[in-house]
Amino acid sequence: MTAQLTPSTRAWGPPALVVGAVLVGLVVAAALLSFVWTPYDAVQIDPAARIAPPSSAHWLGTDRFGRDVLSQLLVGARTTLFVGVIAVGLAGVIGTPLGILAAMGPRWLGELLMRTSDLVLAFPALLLAIMFGAVYGPSTLTAMVAIGIATAPSFARLARSGALQVLATEYVLAARAAGRPRTAIAVRHVLPNIAGLLLVQASVSFAIAVLAEAALSFLGFGTRPPTPSWGRMLQEAQQLLYTAPELSLWPGLAIALAVLGFNLLGDGLRDRFDPRLAGRR
Amino acid sequence: MGALTVLLQLVRRTAVFAVSLVVASVVVFAFMTVLPGDPARVALGINATEEAVAATRAAFGTDRPLVVQYLDWVSGLPSGDFGRSYVTEVDIGPQIIDRLLVTTWLVLSGMAVALLVALPLGVLAAVRHRRPSGTLISAFSQVGVAVPSFLAGILLVTVFAVRLGWLPSGGWTPPAQDPVAFLSMLVLPALALGLVQGAVLTRYVRSAVLDVLREDYLRTARSKGLTPGRALVRHGLRNAAVPVVTVLGLQLSTLLIGAVVVERVFVIPGLGSLLLDGVANRDLLLVQGVVIVLVLAVLVVNFLVDVAYTVLDPRLRRAA
Repeated sequence: MTAQLTPSTRAWGPPALVVGAVLVGLVVAAALLSFVWTPYDAVQIDPAARIAPPSSAHWLGTDRFGRDVLSQLLVGARTTLFVGVIAVGLAGVIGTPLGILAAMGPRWLGELLMRTSDLVLAFPALLLAIMFGAVYGPSTLTAMVAIGIATAPSFARLARSGALQVLATEYVLAARAAGRPRTAIAVRHVLPNIAGLLLVQASVSFAIAVLAEAALSFLGFGTRPPTPSWGRMLQEAQQLLYTAPELSLWPGLAIALAVLGFNLLGDGLRDRFDPRLAGRR
Repeated sequence: MGALTVLLQLVRRTAVFAVSLVVASVVVFAFMTVLPGDPARVALGINATEEAVAATRAAFGTDRPLVVQYLDWVSGLPSGDFGRSYVTEVDIGPQIIDRLLVTTWLVLSGMAVALLVALPLGVLAAVRHRRPSGTLISAFSQVGVAVPSFLAGILLVTVFAVRLGWLPSGGWTPPAQDPVAFLSMLVLPALALGLVQGAVLTRYVRSAVLDVLREDYLRTARSKGLTPGRALVRHGLRNAAVPVVTVLGLQLSTLLIGAVVVERVFVIPGLGSLLLDGVANRDLLLVQGVVIVLVLAVLVVNFLVDVAYTVLDPRLRRAA
C-alpha cells in the first residue's frame, strides 16, 4: 500500500519520547529488581493470607492462593520483557534480511516475498499462537515464536521500503558503479541507514508483543503456571471480580502502562529517525 | 485510459486474492492436519491394535493420500461442509455457522461503537489541533490504544455489572428469543471491543482530517466564503474518508480476533469460544475449520479494502 497510513502523533513531540522512556524504564527496572529482590517469593502459596487487602505486610494485597501481588507483578515484568525481546528479536532477524533481499534481489523475488508477507499478515499473532498451541501444546515458547512470525512482515516491509530509498541515493549508485558486491552494500550502506527506522518498528512491535502475550496468557495459551505473568494474573483476578475487584486493577495497569510506554517510545523515536517526517509540521 | 487502468488493477488484485485464498487453505491444512500426526491414533490411545487404528483411519478417511484429503476438505468449504469432528463425531459446519452469527453481531456492534467514538473525536481533535481540547483527545486515544479489549471488558464488568448492577456480566441470548436481554448482554462486550478500536481509529481520523485541512482546495473553499466547518463538511470529509475506510477495513480483522478474547471474558458462545474449546478438546479438525473461516474473513476484508481503495482514489489508481 502506498498511502501513508501512519497516524500523526506530532502533537506529542519530545514529551512522548521522555514519557515513553520513563515507562519502559520502569518495566525494565521492575524486571531487573525481581532478580535480586521481591517482597515475597512470587509463587509462594500462603493459605492463611488469601485475598488479603493491601497492608504493610502485602503492599498490593494477595491473590486467592495468598501469593503476594507486588512480587508477582515484579516477576511478571520479567516474563513480559523476555517474551517481547525474543519475539521482536525473532521478527527482526527474519523480517529485516528478507525485506532487504526483496529490495535488492530480482523483481520476481521481491514480489514473491512481499506477497508472502501479505499472506502472513492474514494470520494475526493471536490466531497463529492458538494454532501453535493446538498442535504443540501452549507454552511461552510457542507464544514467542508465533508473535515473532506474525510481526516479521512489518519489519520486512519497512526494511524493503527503507532499502529502496537508500539504494536510490548517489553514494550507493557510486558504490555499485565501483563494483562493490551486493552483500557489502547491504551491510555497509543499507543496514546502518535503516537502523533508526527498525528501532522505531522494534518499539512498536514490542507493544504489540506485550499485548499479545497478555492476551495469550489470559486465554491460557501463553506462560504456564506457576510462572507469574500479567495476563494470567488478570485471568485469575477475573474469577474474583465480585469478591476482590481490585485484584484485576494491578496487572491491568501494568499491561496498559507497558504498552503505552513502548508506543510512546516508538512515536518519540519516529520523530527522530523518520526522514519523511523531518521538517513536516 | 483511466478506466482501463482501474480494470487491470482490479483483475490483478483479484488474481492475487484468489492465489492467497488457495495458499492460505494449504497452509492451514498442512499446519493442522499434517503436523499433529495421526488423528486415529490420538482418538484410540496408545494401546490400540494396528487393526483398530487402520479401521478408524478408514472411517475418518485419513488413510487416503494427503492431496485427496486436502481437496476433499477444501471443496466442501464453499457449501459450509467442514467435515465431521474426529472427537465429537458431530458435523463441524453447522456449529461454525451458528457461532459465526454470534461473533458477527459482536464485531459489527463493536465497529459501530468505534465509529461513534472515533468520527466526532477525531474530527474535533484535528480542528482543535494544538489547542488543549485537541491535545486531550489525542492523549485519550493514546491511552486507549494501550488498553487491550479484554482488560476494557473486565473494567466495564467491574463498574457496570459488579458495582452498579446495571448490566449482566456475561452470557448470550439470541435476538429472536428475547431482544431486550440480547441488547443488555451485547452492550458491555460491544463497548469493550469498540472503545479500544475507537481509540485507535481516532488517531487515523485526526491524521486524515489534519492532512485535508492543509489542502489547497479547502483554502479555496474558504476563500469562497464558506465557514471552516462548512468547508470541511462539503469538501474535506469525503477526501479524509479514503484513508479512514482503509483503516476501518483493516480494523475489522483486528475486531474479529479481539472478539475471540472478549468472548472468553463475557462467556459468549461465538467463534472464539468454539476455537478455544476445540483446542482444549484436541479437536483439531474443528480448530482447522474455525481458523480457515477467520483467515478467509481477514483475506476477504483486505481484498474489499483494496478494491475500494483502487476505485475510490484516483491518485492511487496507478499505484501498484
